[in-house]
Amino acid sequence: MAVAAGSFVAVLGPNGAGKTTLLRVILGLTRLDGGTVLVDGSAPRRGASSVGYVPQLASIDRDLPLRGRDLVRLGLDGHRFGLPLSARRAGAVVDDAIAAVGATAYADRPVGRLSGGEQQRLRIAQALLSEPSLVLCDEPLLGLDLAHQQAVTSLLDDARRERGATVLFVTHEINPVLPYVDLVLYLVDGRHAIGTPSDVLTSERLSALYATHVEVVRVGGRLVIVGGEADGGEGHHHDHDRLLERPA
Amino acid sequence: MSITDYLGLASVQHALIAAALVAVACGVISTFVATRSMAFAVHGTAELAFTGAAAGLLVAGNALAGALLGSLVVATLLGALGTRERDRDATTGVVLAAGLALGVLLLGYYNGPSSAALDILFGNIFGVSSSQLIVLGAISVGVLAVMAAIGRPLLFASVDPEVARARGVPVRLLALIFLYVLALTVTEAAQIVGTLLVLSLAITPAAAALRLTSSPLRVTLGAVGIAVVAADGGIILSLLSTTVKPTVFVAAISFGCYFAARMLAPLLERRRAPVTPAV
Repeated sequence: MAVAAGSFVAVLGPNGAGKTTLLRVILGLTRLDGGTVLVDGSAPRRGASSVGYVPQLASIDRDLPLRGRDLVRLGLDGHRFGLPLSARRAGAVVDDAIAAVGATAYADRPVGRLSGGEQQRLRIAQALLSEPSLVLCDEPLLGLDLAHQQAVTSLLDDARRERGATVLFVTHEINPVLPYVDLVLYLVDGRHAIGTPSDVLTSERLSALYATHVEVVRVGGRLVIVGGEADGGEGHHHDHDRLLERPA
Repeated sequence: MSITDYLGLASVQHALIAAALVAVACGVISTFVATRSMAFAVHGTAELAFTGAAAGLLVAGNALAGALLGSLVVATLLGALGTRERDRDATTGVVLAAGLALGVLLLGYYNGPSSAALDILFGNIFGVSSSQLIVLGAISVGVLAVMAAIGRPLLFASVDPEVARARGVPVRLLALIFLYVLALTVTEAAQIVGTLLVLSLAITPAAAALRLTSSPLRVTLGAVGIAVVAADGGIILSLLSTTVKPTVFVAAISFGCYFAARMLAPLLERRRAPVTPAV
């Protein structure tokens, strides 16, 4: 499969289907046993600045000495060893990134005291600082209310419209992203289906994928997937495997 | 003797320089001790400096060399047993208990003056020789150089490990390097304020500073400032007293700063923008 630059791709599927592994492979953290993955025509490299990463909401200690702008700043040079860039130049770049996600009002507050929606906005600003051509999102909407889910999703949509970045969006909840999605990659148990939402999210296609009867119904404009270990409609959250281990 | 007479003494000057060197290194690491929740690792490595020093005394009659080498062994052990947050406290406790028992055993075989062993526990600020000063200075410079080199990725790995790893930061390697830096700094500090009061230089300063600011840089600068004032201020105050040991003043000033910061914090917060409720 190939994904055109600037696409918004939703990656769906039950736990253990390989969504997380897919992200790890693209991040260069896990090697493939077989097959190849190319990002912008070259093999994935760990820490490549062409790939941005927005994780799911983390719980952050209220007293952690880190302001919103410090979190964003880490996206600029947090991975570099040695002394930092000139504070003024870095400050201007970080200010712009914060303004672009509408987070200026609370950028100087401690991260641990911001709401989930505010934290996720800052994480998007952080991920976009290295001007990635591919933005990987691992359940960035988990734990957010509906309004913030929409705000976060539309920020990512802006990123691909304005910068031509491709967005790969792993989610249990298809509905908040459905208006933006070009392609759906549905993973079940080593099998997959890919195509436009109207192509893949049908009772026939998903029943074949799950190898059991699955019904896709529309309820008040929302897509609900019933049967199998369905994910997508109901807003129920499964425990999600963490992409990366907790730190040392 | 007046204060100025005291300040002319080589032993007092050595003490002030050594305390400042140790305090700067402690202030810098204390910020990361706070962000990484490693207070117990500080406590553990500090007390194990006692074991290293006892071994050093027994083998070579040199407590400082023993403590420093011992701290590297301790860091290696803690790193090998697991640097993950979940089991770190348990492994630290296990190593600490076994290590202290070993220290007591070693000290039993030592026939020299027992004050050398007590110095390890309570520190001996005025007993710093010129050669020890050079060793302490070299360690402080080394610690600062390493922290300048790894500071940013270590901050990234400490506060945002998932994204840091995705961005190519060697999270586990940095955890290990920081463990060595922490062990060396804490052991160095133990020579001055004693293993029992190291916490007043390696934990309290950042704990106080982060009550007043959330900027990582300002927390670090504040912690260094508080550590230096506590260490050198404690020594100077002790010159005025015939009975109270300098370590008591060091701990008292350090605690005073923390207490003041906690009192000031609500006032500062009220001046800032009102906090919106978390979602």
